[in-house]
Amino acid sequence: MLALPPAPQQAPKRQVFVGTALASAAGTMLIGGMLAVWLQFRADAPYRESARRGLIKDWMPDKVVVPEVAANMMLIAFFVVCVMAQWAVWSAKRGDRTHAGMALGMSALIGLAALNSQVFIWTQMGVDARGGAFHSMFYAVTGTFMALLVIGLVYTAVAAFRYLGRGTSDVQILSAHALYWYFLTAAFSALWFVVYVQK
Amino acid sequence: MTSIDTHHAVDGAASQPAVATWLTSADHKHVGRLFIGSGLVGLLGGLVLAVLVAFERIDAEGFQLLDESSASQVLAAARLLLTYGAVLPLVLGMVVAIVPLQLGARSIAFPRLAASGFWMWLTGLGLAVASIIGNGGPGGGEAEMVDLYLAALVVLALGGLMVAGSVVTTCLTARAPGMGLLRAPLFAWSSFVGAVALLLSLPVFVGTAIYLYVDHRYARAGFGGNMGVSKWIGWSISQPFTYVLAIPLLGFVLDAVPVMNRTRLPQRAAANVAVGLVAVGLLAATTQSAVTLPWEGDGFFSGFGDKIADLLPFALLNLVPLLGLLGVLGAVALTLKSGKPRVASPLAFAVLGLLTILLGAVSHVLYSIQDAGLGGTIFEAGSYVAVTFGTVTLAFGAVAYWGPKLWGRSVPDKAALPLALLAFVATALGSLPYMVAGFADQPAGVLDGFAYSGPQELWNALTTIGFALMLLVSLAYIALIAKSFTSGSAAGDDPWDGTTLEWATSSPPPADNFSEVIVVGSEYPLADMKNSSGKVG
Repeated sequence: MLALPPAPQQAPKRQVFVGTALASAAGTMLIGGMLAVWLQFRADAPYRESARRGLIKDWMPDKVVVPEVAANMMLIAFFVVCVMAQWAVWSAKRGDRTHAGMALGMSALIGLAALNSQVFIWTQMGVDARGGAFHSMFYAVTGTFMALLVIGLVYTAVAAFRYLGRGTSDVQILSAHALYWYFLTAAFSALWFVVYVQK
Repeated sequence: MTSIDTHHAVDGAASQPAVATWLTSADHKHVGRLFIGSGLVGLLGGLVLAVLVAFERIDAEGFQLLDESSASQVLAAARLLLTYGAVLPLVLGMVVAIVPLQLGARSIAFPRLAASGFWMWLTGLGLAVASIIGNGGPGGGEAEMVDLYLAALVVLALGGLMVAGSVVTTCLTARAPGMGLLRAPLFAWSSFVGAVALLLSLPVFVGTAIYLYVDHRYARAGFGGNMGVSKWIGWSISQPFTYVLAIPLLGFVLDAVPVMNRTRLPQRAAANVAVGLVAVGLLAATTQSAVTLPWEGDGFFSGFGDKIADLLPFALLNLVPLLGLLGVLGAVALTLKSGKPRVASPLAFAVLGLLTILLGAVSHVLYSIQDAGLGGTIFEAGSYVAVTFGTVTLAFGAVAYWGPKLWGRSVPDKAALPLALLAFVATALGSLPYMVAGFADQPAGVLDGFAYSGPQELWNALTTIGFALMLLVSLAYIALIAKSFTSGSAAGDDPWDGTTLEWATSSPPPADNFSEVIVVGSEYPLADMKNSSGKVG
């Protein structure tokens, strides 16, 4: 008995893009939920007098100093990755593999720089996770975000391999990849403000 | 002569050993069956522990079978197993197996993600149970086991998230041509709504569990250590979040009742909205705690602004999901009124399961009114039992209804029908006495030292009987399924004379579900096909 080949598969309706959008929504709830708990703890903390900052919430210990340059550069790096990821989409839509590949490489490089910034911030702040609620929560929320960032870097590598390996046919994954970095940028913007600016 | 098979050859999995196929297959029917099988095992485990807990409560002073240190662990394990070891996998299993068929899709979106989600869920559940056995559940005394418990919860929830993401993507991208979301069968619609609700609420659970893990492991400063676990993530095993887990099976009710009644669902759009309203229960993830209504004193009657401030969150979390459930009940009642129902087990499971979930939702509203004085009492457990057992009852009905699509054979209807009635009786016995005991101020979360005036032994003995009966019903139903799976009578492709696409393919469906792309022209595509070929649909 002969077997016919399967009937033509329905064209997927931007499945990777939709999946990425859903993952981004879930990630937003994850980081949003964690920041909400953070803000609740901060709101519940009593006030105290700080030599450097006057009357403040007794939340972040006085001796802990945020390396603001690194935190701000990290934020800027995320916005730059968004530009690079969108550049990859723009180039791919025009069939320009060279520029698309370069943009993806830049995305990965700057993403790695952001990762490095976070490690630098951890080192510079010298927060001991055993020191109290602020300390453990600081590592929980920034560590969770780092996990999302690492996923973003893996996504960049996968998108680059798929796009460059398949010729110019898989533009959709680059759009989805860019969307994920937009999410990461939005999430870090919120985290940056709540954890590093508002303290 | 050469004959031609219009189904293409099944994938290479057929040549693998059966065990390897079950372990590695990403076919959504396989993954669904794995979820359902595991869920049934988890259900038995949860019910055994629930019986144990209820039995311990009969004598309010002293322990009979457990000791003080193991009591809280058994209590925690019972809820964990019933919610995340039974209800979640039973619901996800049905969704993963059936929704792609209903949508006319070749497969689920990201099939490997869905399969990985199953294994992650199973790993997380196994680790959570192991940690509880090692005295590491909520309030557990073994620090490293508490850490393991919290990490296991994260793994378990991530597995659920992966499956939910796969289901939502399927609903959004893999529908047959012509099938808009509102034309999708109501089980697919409610699965979509339920999966979106899980996607938005489980990450909050994960985030809180990460906080708890890091805090418990390193600092024990902000979250109350092991004793804070229930406080911070207790919302995920209580109402209204338990409604979220039941949402997909409301679609089973809305799909199966019209088919059993040989009619169409009146007010279909209203049913869509009703299912959506139940999903408002996901807001429990945003508050992470019960929202109650102060009625007197400084609360509800203290001024118009305060009234609104009190009433709005209370209504959102408690009344709106109830309104949705009432909407589903209304749609079912109108359907039953408009036709001649055939008495079959899916119909009985559907109607009785819905009624018990409603009992749980109504009682939860009462529980949430502060001046009823039920806060902290075992009344909440009665409400939980009604919703959870009701959802399990619906899952039994869904298995009876879609059994032919799951493994190609029918569940014996005459044997299953009385089990639906017994499940209803078991739920009533398991929940109502706890509610009565709640009015007598029997406290929640303790198994001894709660003596109060009144027939406390009677209420707790009745509940024990209810749980034991549910355990027996579950055992009998699992035996029925096993018999059907191994030696049941072969079901036809369309044994219920259905109207939706899952009945348009063979039982069980081939690996790629459909041999050709079906273009959909209405909410009842199979009925359209039958009508166009001269059959009555």
